[in-house]
Amino acid sequence: MSRAEVQLPVADAAAKIAERRADFPALHQEVNGCPLAYLDNAASAQQPLAVIDTIANYQRRDHANVHRGVHTLSQRATEAYEGSRDKLRDFIGAQSRSEIVLTSGTTESINLVAQSFVRPRAGAGDKILITYLEHHANIVPWQIVCEQTGAELTVAPIDDRGQVDLERLYAMMTEDVRMLAVGHVSNALGTINPVEDITAVARDRDIPVLIDGAQATPHMQVDVSDLGCDFYAFSGHKMFGPTGTGVLYGREALLEAMPPYQGGGDMILEVRFDKTTYNELPYKFEAGTPNIAGVVGLGAAVDYLGEVGMENIGAYEQELLAYMTRRLSEIDGIRLYGTAERKASVQSFLLDDIHPHDLGTIVDHKGVAVRSGHHCAMPVMQHFCIPGTLRASLAFYNNHADVDRLVEALLAAKALFA
Amino acid sequence: MNAAPEAQSLRDLYRELVMDHARNPRNFGKLEASTHSAEGINPLCGDKLILYLDVGADDRVRAASFEGTGCVISLASASLLTETVVGMRSTNAARYFDVLRSRLSKAPGGTEPVIDLGKLQALEGVREYPSRVKCATLPWHTLGAALSCSDTPATTE
Repeated sequence: MSRAEVQLPVADAAAKIAERRADFPALHQEVNGCPLAYLDNAASAQQPLAVIDTIANYQRRDHANVHRGVHTLSQRATEAYEGSRDKLRDFIGAQSRSEIVLTSGTTESINLVAQSFVRPRAGAGDKILITYLEHHANIVPWQIVCEQTGAELTVAPIDDRGQVDLERLYAMMTEDVRMLAVGHVSNALGTINPVEDITAVARDRDIPVLIDGAQATPHMQVDVSDLGCDFYAFSGHKMFGPTGTGVLYGREALLEAMPPYQGGGDMILEVRFDKTTYNELPYKFEAGTPNIAGVVGLGAAVDYLGEVGMENIGAYEQELLAYMTRRLSEIDGIRLYGTAERKASVQSFLLDDIHPHDLGTIVDHKGVAVRSGHHCAMPVMQHFCIPGTLRASLAFYNNHADVDRLVEALLAAKALFA
Repeated sequence: MNAAPEAQSLRDLYRELVMDHARNPRNFGKLEASTHSAEGINPLCGDKLILYLDVGADDRVRAASFEGTGCVISLASASLLTETVVGMRSTNAARYFDVLRSRLSKAPGGTEPVIDLGKLQALEGVREYPSRVKCATLPWHTLGAALSCSDTPATTE
């Protein structure tokens, strides 16, 4: 350890995090003749070797169906799969493994709550409340329930920094609201919503709360017991795990009272033509053979994040976000969207009058991967009266050099269209 | 356009003619005397355009215009479309799109009909950019929707 590192513990932690970049094979390649700068983590994050190897080893050695066989491989597969459930319970501070429903991702988790929890409880005259910040996955499932039940979707506005107008939100939390569904972190703008405060108000008014945590779990320690929410949904692939995996956390009493979402194998205790008895929690909500390898890989991702430390990740990313915001702000003609007081490491922007698709193509030529478009959050774009943005979203394996490469690429685009 | 040290494929994509049509789109705005119109949406980026046509009794396109927002490629393609289809029979315009689409989607093969695409050849740079082909074809999908009097917006999907 060098003297400078001893004197600067923050830099020390940063240096240790920077070493983690080596764990991600996909980051070490050239794209269009340039080293890859992967800044599209809010869309999907890369996976560390620990995850890749865990999945490969499972496929090579342990694969069988879960909960079905007495044979050795089935037991190994079941242990690995259920082991991941325990890790996920600890990861978000749930009380019980019964509260961890394994799904294909946030989208399925939200649809499950919409259909099994809200649909039987909502009718004409009732409301489902969301905000302008939501991802389409936290909008469309509620629109479907509204069509089915006659309930009305109401939407709390945001301000020009991309923050939910809390006064308006609280005013809209009336006794006819059957569900408040709100994102923890905005995927398009990075805004961190004060979900603790929001759930506290909702509990006072007996309004059930679902939090879309897809963009929160990669960046911060989440504790559902502290948050006090009824449901919390998140995805594996945003937090360095495989696609097709995700979690619905639900309070046990609520899950217990809900009808199954899908029927099939594994979710039953006994099937008879006169009456089928459903399985206990959480299996009641896990019909069919699940994504076993994916869930096993997600368990490895949780272990990995535990080693890196969510606090270290948060501190490192905040420094990197501040650097990116400063560097981007220095570019003449840049317009930043999403300037909330509390933000995760995401920045949306536009440059001059260059369309985000053209910008995206040009920066890709420099090996820089960013998302261009509406980011599955069209209402956010409508708020700002723009068709889309370019979005750079950072993970803990990104560094100052990645940000510098983005800035260089943007300057090249500017020159090209000058 | 600055022809500095950028990759050849990028220069091919953003050719001068394309940049010119994107910056100064021809026939931009609503066509008051239109007989046909349709909306086109690219769900990938949310871009929207509306295409207006005035088709005469002889089935020939007398005038065309468009309005909307888009990237360089989609704006240039829409602008070039409005210049290209004037004077064409509507059935020919649809066939023209088939040729254009195959020309934009892959390297030219020997089996395609030989049709001079004229200025539209300037769009051929998208061949190297599969994710951008839809930007170039959106106005043409919209043309198809307009000519078939479809009520549902055209998309690139």
